[in-house]
Amino acid sequence: MRSRLRGSAMTLAYERRTISRELTVEIPDRSFTVVIGPNACGKSTLLRALSRLLQPSTGAVLLDGADIHRRPAREIAKTLGLLPQSSIAPDGIGVAELVSRGRYPHQGLLRQWSREDEAVVAESMAATGVTDLADRPVAELSGGQRQRVWLAMALAQQTPLLLLDEPTTYLDIAHQIEIMDLCARLHEEEGRTLVAVLHDLNQAARYATHLIAMRDGQVVATGPPQTVVTAALVEEVFGLPCRVIDDPETGTPLVVPAARRRTPIGVTT
Amino acid sequence: MIVLRTPGDISLRLHPRALAVGLTCALLTLAVGVLALGSGDYPMSAADVLRTLAGDGTPAEEFIVHELRLPRLATAIAVGAALALAGAVFQTLVRNPLGSPDLLGFTQGAATGALVVVVVGGTSTMLSGAAAVSGFATGLLVYVIAWRRGVHGYRLVLAGIGVAAILTGINGWLLTRAPLMDAARAVLWLTGSLDGRGWIHALPVLIALALLGPVVLAGAGPALRLMEMGDDSANALGVPVERLRLALLGAAVLLVSLASAAAGPVNFVALTAPHLARRLTRAPGPNLLPSALLGALLLVVADEIAQRAVPGHQLPVGVVTGLIGGGYLIWLLAAERRAGRL
Repeated sequence: MRSRLRGSAMTLAYERRTISRELTVEIPDRSFTVVIGPNACGKSTLLRALSRLLQPSTGAVLLDGADIHRRPAREIAKTLGLLPQSSIAPDGIGVAELVSRGRYPHQGLLRQWSREDEAVVAESMAATGVTDLADRPVAELSGGQRQRVWLAMALAQQTPLLLLDEPTTYLDIAHQIEIMDLCARLHEEEGRTLVAVLHDLNQAARYATHLIAMRDGQVVATGPPQTVVTAALVEEVFGLPCRVIDDPETGTPLVVPAARRRTPIGVTT
Repeated sequence: MIVLRTPGDISLRLHPRALAVGLTCALLTLAVGVLALGSGDYPMSAADVLRTLAGDGTPAEEFIVHELRLPRLATAIAVGAALALAGAVFQTLVRNPLGSPDLLGFTQGAATGALVVVVVGGTSTMLSGAAAVSGFATGLLVYVIAWRRGVHGYRLVLAGIGVAAILTGINGWLLTRAPLMDAARAVLWLTGSLDGRGWIHALPVLIALALLGPVVLAGAGPALRLMEMGDDSANALGVPVERLRLALLGAAVLLVSLASAAAGPVNFVALTAPHLARRLTRAPGPNLLPSALLGALLLVVADEIAQRAVPGHQLPVGVVTGLIGGGYLIWLLAAERRAGRL
């Protein structure tokens, strides 16, 4: 298993609060890796470190063997893309204009808008199904449409590796599935390596080819969903008693939380 | 959007409306400038002014244009452009449409330096120098206070407001310490005035604009546009956010300090010009060049009004920019409310 992107013996901390110590992760090439774990387990922090937003206080994030904090930001941005959890659409900006900003790392003073830029932006908008929205102001779009536009911008960056920080937060179930299907297609058809932080275990199990389960800042288990998502592990990581059955649609593991034992009304224990 | 491409893989993007706005501002500035050079106690026609500028005037005309009126015009253009450019940078960096040097304390800082010279006593060159140095030092101070693993927009605004409040107090105290005549002179300076400005005032700002302008516009412009989308997005696209923010803050604070040193803390240009530019160009983004050109035009027009509005009496230009800028903002509020956006 080859990994272009890996974190080696990282200590991740904000100010005085240390989130992870001696954390080592490898992102298998061409995988759709999903990081799961309970709230505050350090999964978003891990993604911030991998995407260069947080510098490890010890250890390093290596991209193709080199420390990402020692290489020019723009050069990294041609290989490693990120869809942040929250981005601000500038006032009055249109969809096509926003997507075209994803071309920044490929542009220069005298190379402001090449034919390649134009073609890639059109492709990215087609891939995410926002071509018809090209001239609409981003502010007028629905949440699901907006997330597809941001994804199109990240795609236009044309990076073989793309990190997604909770890409389905704030979306309703239909739009969540739409975004996840889109990610799965990008992974399968374009051969990109995707790394996503997700809250929904069942979505993680359904879409991921590789899971990283975290608790208290440490990696508890890694591997394909079939081996990672077991009743024992879910109980260990999330503290949730459950049964794991086969997803009737895809055959992937499906977590069914155990029913609360009901206390009959009127009976006190 | 117009795209120009050459066979050598060179491609340029132009926003036609922004281009038109910029060009119109530049031409209007020149036109009003020629008018300003011709008006005063010794009126000259536009033709006479242009002839003199070409080096064909009488000795009297040469003196009036080159020594008296041109330096003042050059100061107005340079100060207007510098304030507006810095204002556009600040507003984008702190992601706040009110992020002007007045709000962030830099103008108050420049004033403190100037007032110290007034109280202690010194030449007008010393006053300018002190204003520039203390304005820049205030910028550094605000940055240091706001820094915590990087500087975020709102922390910068809060630190700036705090420093501005303290400095306003100090400035008031300094004013009460100054002899009455000097205090009157200081208040004139604090309002912002272009009276009697010579090349010594215009040149530092012009040089700073010539050196920093292209770097800010071409070097940092596209990256600054990405920073509007949040630090994380800009970082992901390969912008070294924290380094760039420090560099741009430094450049903008330097421009504001030098502009204040030349003309005093002229009100509202840094706040109004970028707003107006965005409205006119209808282009998203910081609109740096149109803002700078519009700032120059605003100050040249304001100074012309300041000199001619009350016959026989010159107003400080800061009074006029305050009236224009404040009036514009109130009109904007009313317009936005009518349109249901506010």
